[in-house]
Amino acid sequence: MQPTPSMDLPTSPNLMRFYFHLLLFVMAGLVVAFAPLPVPAIAPQERTFEIDAGQYAYSPSELKVNAGDTVNIQLVSTDVVHGLYVDGYDVSIEADPGQTRTLSFVADKPGSFRFRCNVTCSAMHPFMIGKLTVGRNNWLFRSFGLATLAVFGALISIKQKA
Amino acid sequence: MAKIELTRNPLIKNALKSRYPQLAVFVVMLAGYIFAILAGLIGTPVGSHNFSIVFVWIAWWAILILVAVPFFGRGWCAVCPIPLPGEWLQRGAILAPPDKKPKWLNLRVPKIFRNIWLQNISFLLLALFSSVLLTTPNITGIVLAAMLFAAIGLSTIFERRAFCRYLCPVGGFIGLYSQTAPIELRIKDKQICVTCDGKPCYNGSQAGYGCPWDVFPGGLTKNTYCGLCMECIRTCPHDNIAVNLRPFSADLAKPSTRMDEAFKAFIMLGSAMIYAGVLLGPWGAFKDAAYNVGTSAWFIYAVIFLAIIFVILPGFFTLGILKTKNTLPLKQRFASLATALIPLGLMFWVAFSLSFVLTNASYIIAALSDPLGLGWNLFGTANAAWQPMLTSVLAPAQTLALVGGLIWSARTAQKAANEAKVSSIPVIVYCFATTSIMLWLLL
Repeated sequence: MQPTPSMDLPTSPNLMRFYFHLLLFVMAGLVVAFAPLPVPAIAPQERTFEIDAGQYAYSPSELKVNAGDTVNIQLVSTDVVHGLYVDGYDVSIEADPGQTRTLSFVADKPGSFRFRCNVTCSAMHPFMIGKLTVGRNNWLFRSFGLATLAVFGALISIKQKA
Repeated sequence: MAKIELTRNPLIKNALKSRYPQLAVFVVMLAGYIFAILAGLIGTPVGSHNFSIVFVWIAWWAILILVAVPFFGRGWCAVCPIPLPGEWLQRGAILAPPDKKPKWLNLRVPKIFRNIWLQNISFLLLALFSSVLLTTPNITGIVLAAMLFAAIGLSTIFERRAFCRYLCPVGGFIGLYSQTAPIELRIKDKQICVTCDGKPCYNGSQAGYGCPWDVFPGGLTKNTYCGLCMECIRTCPHDNIAVNLRPFSADLAKPSTRMDEAFKAFIMLGSAMIYAGVLLGPWGAFKDAAYNVGTSAWFIYAVIFLAIIFVILPGFFTLGILKTKNTLPLKQRFASLATALIPLGLMFWVAFSLSFVLTNASYIIAALSDPLGLGWNLFGTANAAWQPMLTSVLAPAQTLALVGGLIWSARTAQKAANEAKVSSIPVIVYCFATTSIMLWLLL
């Protein structure tokens, strides 16, 4: 296979500058994505939540705890058999209708995690989802930072071309 | 990056020129499609255990949006079984050379419909009912059957593949996003096409059929409407058709000025954001409204859905570009600059689909053994437990997709703005704002 005429190649002296800026932005991106952040020193507590599960929704559907807290989730199923599986922690429980089951775990991984029904319960079962936030959702802020960096890079590139 | 002509390789060229490899794939796809319809209609009503839901909305969707569209553009259309029965009926043959005399009405699609507005509408119709469609096997079965019969019906009335080109709800967005793919079908030498007698690539010959997609290959400048059916490779008497490997999003360097395509970009961008919030978010009331079709809550959901797509997203975009000083009419600037939303929309769908697919992929293993949910255990995997996959890499992968899409769109915006001779900054800010919302919804 032979290459046919090329298109849109960066050329000559600008090439070095282009790669230098690219390297700079990649390094800045790595810093934003992976630089360690200060962890607020909050004493771990025991937190208990009662969650009603029914008709493809949890109530409450958003939980917030601090990193290191012991989380007790009392799952009450209000209609059919429902479950609760926590992404990232790989722990789960199931509750029969009218029954309360308790799931306990130490929330030692900071971030945002979906919890979802792990027992086929209704048509909308795959979308029966809640959200557990442990400490600060640093990855979201890092992602905002990366997006800001991307826009900053684009604006610099426009300014240079102008 | 240079273009590389893949069809210089004799193995690739012969495989594309021969009808048999494609026919073999077609037969398998058509069998799978008909089985999906039957599974939807006669299988278990439990979606996560029914072939129609698991293989269409998890397996096929994952392959389509994560692999086929980004890397092969309209590659799926090249093997899609939906137009086949209609096309075979229209031609009165499967492989035989075409008859000179049309067997059916063979009408030309009226000019008013020769755009992708019908595809925009058909996609939105499915999108508004998607919570039911994605989760209810018999509804999926009915929709799949309806698409097959619509394609057959249109083939008997109109010439070529009218369904694929003007009505298919999937083909519209595949065409839009195929512009970003690193693969293209193009002519090698324009002059040869200008002097070619009879234009067999468009009109057909004893070697094969005229372009089923109603495209004259000699005029192809972007992937949007080329279905990669390879018919022109077979009919070109001058060996003037090539399949090339090229840089990503090469087609976007020359932005479109068509409003139907611009709105397609908004429909896809908005739908991905709405799905991320409604289907993957923690808000039960939204799911309730989206699922209970016909209730007042659903009507409110439908109105909000359409308002986001047709008013809010294009409205803010228009406000952003309103003050970009230029002699071009606003409508033309709007359509041209909306090109920048194409890579962003594709990556929104990739990020959304990663979450949906990785969480539910384990259903595929169980459904393989018991595709109808009737208690079979064909391969011993019917009782495989549900287990989300790769949850630890999901969030970084979604960030990579969304921020990558933002960078990609910013570059596209610069090119589109240069063409239109306006500033790209409002479009880049718009892309940043929508990306931030999507990050918040998914992470």
